[in-house]
Amino acid sequence: MAETTVIPFGPQHPVLPEPVHIDLEMQDEKVLRAIPSIGYVHRGLEKLVEKRDYQKFVYVAERICGICSFGHGWGYCRAVEGAMHIDVPPRAKYLRTIWHELSRIHSHLLWLGLMADAMGFENLFMSSWRMREKILDIFEETTGGRIIFSVCKIGGVRRDMEKGTLNSIVDRLTDMEAELRVITDEFLKEPTVIRRMSGVGVLSREDAIELCCVGPVARASGVVGDMRLIDTEGAYQDLSFEPCVATEGDCLARCKVRIAELFQSIGLIRQAVEKVPDGEIAALVRGNPKEEFFTRIEQPRGEAIYYVKGNGTKFLDRMRVRTPTNANIPALVRALQGCDYADVPMLVVTIDPCISCTER
Amino acid sequence: MAYLHFARNVLASMFRHPATTEYPLAPRQYQNITRGKVEINIDDCIFCGMCMRTCPADAIRVDRAGKTWEINPFSCVQCGGCVEHCPKKCLKMDTNYTKPSEKKTEMVFHADTPQT
Repeated sequence: MAETTVIPFGPQHPVLPEPVHIDLEMQDEKVLRAIPSIGYVHRGLEKLVEKRDYQKFVYVAERICGICSFGHGWGYCRAVEGAMHIDVPPRAKYLRTIWHELSRIHSHLLWLGLMADAMGFENLFMSSWRMREKILDIFEETTGGRIIFSVCKIGGVRRDMEKGTLNSIVDRLTDMEAELRVITDEFLKEPTVIRRMSGVGVLSREDAIELCCVGPVARASGVVGDMRLIDTEGAYQDLSFEPCVATEGDCLARCKVRIAELFQSIGLIRQAVEKVPDGEIAALVRGNPKEEFFTRIEQPRGEAIYYVKGNGTKFLDRMRVRTPTNANIPALVRALQGCDYADVPMLVVTIDPCISCTER
Repeated sequence: MAYLHFARNVLASMFRHPATTEYPLAPRQYQNITRGKVEINIDDCIFCGMCMRTCPADAIRVDRAGKTWEINPFSCVQCGGCVEHCPKKCLKMDTNYTKPSEKKTEMVFHADTPQT
């Protein structure tokens, strides 16, 4: 039997958009054990909440992550609104839902590009990101920012969207769908891509439940878990959708789930634009939060948890975020056991790791 | 032919215009509401300090007695909060971003002199 060697993977690695370090205990080409370690981009944002006005902290919260920035801002606002018993106007809920679903498309397109890059399919990588640019243009037109939107505030949103703008978003997404199908078909039908991903890093349904996986990683293993189904703070209760689920639990299944969610998000935006009510976009906020509140939100990468505890002053006692990547790292460790060394980059990318979120 | 499924897209890309802008040869097209950098019309400013209190990044300093308004453009996070809360509407968001600089210098505006 060959000797066991340890190969360090990351924090700087061509497939990694963010720094995570994994010690791979190898025997020949097989991974026996993977030991992850993080801590390269910790910024102490949860501590900062003690020194920032809770209304100003929205801008800090949305900088927890660059890709799901809107979701983080929304999650924090929801937690504070819950602690202060603020009723958000229905129009604001719809606008938040539309921006959140656009964020999901942008996040999944970014992931598809990274996945293609991890496989060495440069053209597909660039094509995915070309499509993502169109979503970023929509963000710039509607919020003024491409990545950090700064539209969410406690009690509602800061910007409204006119009917014409909403319809133009739907028209552009409809035009995108055909072009998007060419790219996604490449992931789902091209034999070389399927051979590269099929059967790699299988995570069984039992493992996914035991390891408390969230988001597309859990849904790809057959776990029907989507926070949007029980979401009452967004507009999801008025929209009809079914969670995208696959049963294989491998890399290809995780890819299939994310691709299905791309088209699902376009459908949700279409429904939301049809039903968006008229009215105010923000509720009046008076006083400071005194209570504590816990809320959950379905980010593009999975369920994120937000907790705030107020003390009657403008500074919060505590703010806690549990991000989807934090929940999915144990699943990655399990999936890495017994895989080939060449599959490690693919597996790391398939959980869509966001280390900035995780470390905050 | 299943292996050449993407060939049409590859060939089309060869004859298409680049998806990216040829920056800096071609100027970047901004939207009307793009949040680039904060600008002030100092003549209309009453130095109330509302912008300073709203700023989440503590990038703005207002001295009512000395009638000066300062901003550190490299600390500013372009949230637009100051523009929204300005009672005299003398602040506005320019679509162009802050130009790079060797030093993170503050921009100081005085009621009498436009800029120092």
